[in-house]
Amino acid sequence: MSVLAHAFEAAGIATVTLASTLSVVERVAPPRALWCDFPLGRPLGHPRDPEFQHDVLRRAFALLDAPSGPVLEHHPDVIEADETPLACQIPAAFDPSASAAVTEVRGLRKAYERSVARRGVTEVGRAVDVDGIEAAVEVFEAIAAAAPWRDAGIPGGTTTAVVHDIRSYFEEAALELVTGPPPGGRSAEAWFYEQTETGRVVMAAREQIREQGGSFPAWFYMAPGHR
Amino acid sequence: MAGDEAMRAFGDTLPAPTYENLAWVRPVPLADATVAIVTSAAIHESGDERFAADDVGFRFINRRARDLVLGHWSPNFDRTGFGLDLNVVFPIDRLEELAADGVIGAVAERHVSFAGNQPDDVAVIRHDTGPAAAAALRDDGVDVVLLTPV
Repeated sequence: MSVLAHAFEAAGIATVTLASTLSVVERVAPPRALWCDFPLGRPLGHPRDPEFQHDVLRRAFALLDAPSGPVLEHHPDVIEADETPLACQIPAAFDPSASAAVTEVRGLRKAYERSVARRGVTEVGRAVDVDGIEAAVEVFEAIAAAAPWRDAGIPGGTTTAVVHDIRSYFEEAALELVTGPPPGGRSAEAWFYEQTETGRVVMAAREQIREQGGSFPAWFYMAPGHR
Repeated sequence: MAGDEAMRAFGDTLPAPTYENLAWVRPVPLADATVAIVTSAAIHESGDERFAADDVGFRFINRRARDLVLGHWSPNFDRTGFGLDLNVVFPIDRLEELAADGVIGAVAERHVSFAGNQPDDVAVIRHDTGPAAAAALRDDGVDVVLLTPV
């Protein structure tokens, strides 16, 4: 973002940058920046909190009054990501012939469809659409069981894209199943990778691809880097 | 190490371009300014071209569009906030409220989205696509840009 700020300012447009990584904004030094120590993915802080979002904007636009720059201010609030797994119970979809992971996929389908109806959009569809999620999970189950990953039939051929679709399917459905205030950043991620059978399958397949000599991008980006 | 802490530590290791001469625009009064959002969240309208994994281009987002997809390829940040409320990344409704209250002059008709996962040298967005997007917004009459990351 800070690089873009320089480009826009050079074109004659005044810029204000919301910064998410302090060391980067300090080094690139855009004309005006507000460092916000908020969860990555939430630069305005809190979803469904217009008052807080307006506070961020008010502090950001106030930097336009500075006579010279670069200006770097810190938002006074710190919001830490919540890595406690979301408390989300997957609806039952009992089928003794289906694996636990596939059962999860089926159990979440109605909640996923409610999400699409509510939002009008979905992140699913990079490699597979919703009807391809179950088969994609089965491909990773085979890889997790030591099938050669290159011959496993990964849809679209890109592990990162397929896992994105599977994880998005789960997270979008989960948001329809939980009540109360908006969950914190990364709590849905923690739920998917730590609490669901499908998340465990993805992590096991990731390890298999690494052990089978898959390239770094092929396995690493199947999960957040710290995992 | 927690996820955000790990990503920010990784950010510490990335090369960063430096600028010897700071471009500096004296802005018009905010109450008279047309304001646009430029985000690196790889947001796009649902019918628009998806971002590729190595995409160095940008997409325009219409002021009235709310069918927005978060097309960023990184698995390393939270997406559920955007799923609950797109304003936590792309505060378009907040800008509309500020315009209605007279705090800003107007909301731009077009906004811009890039993907934040760029090659380490950021050469294309620095010298090509970034300036191209800036020229387009300047031609639209935009006075102030708010940049939002993910």
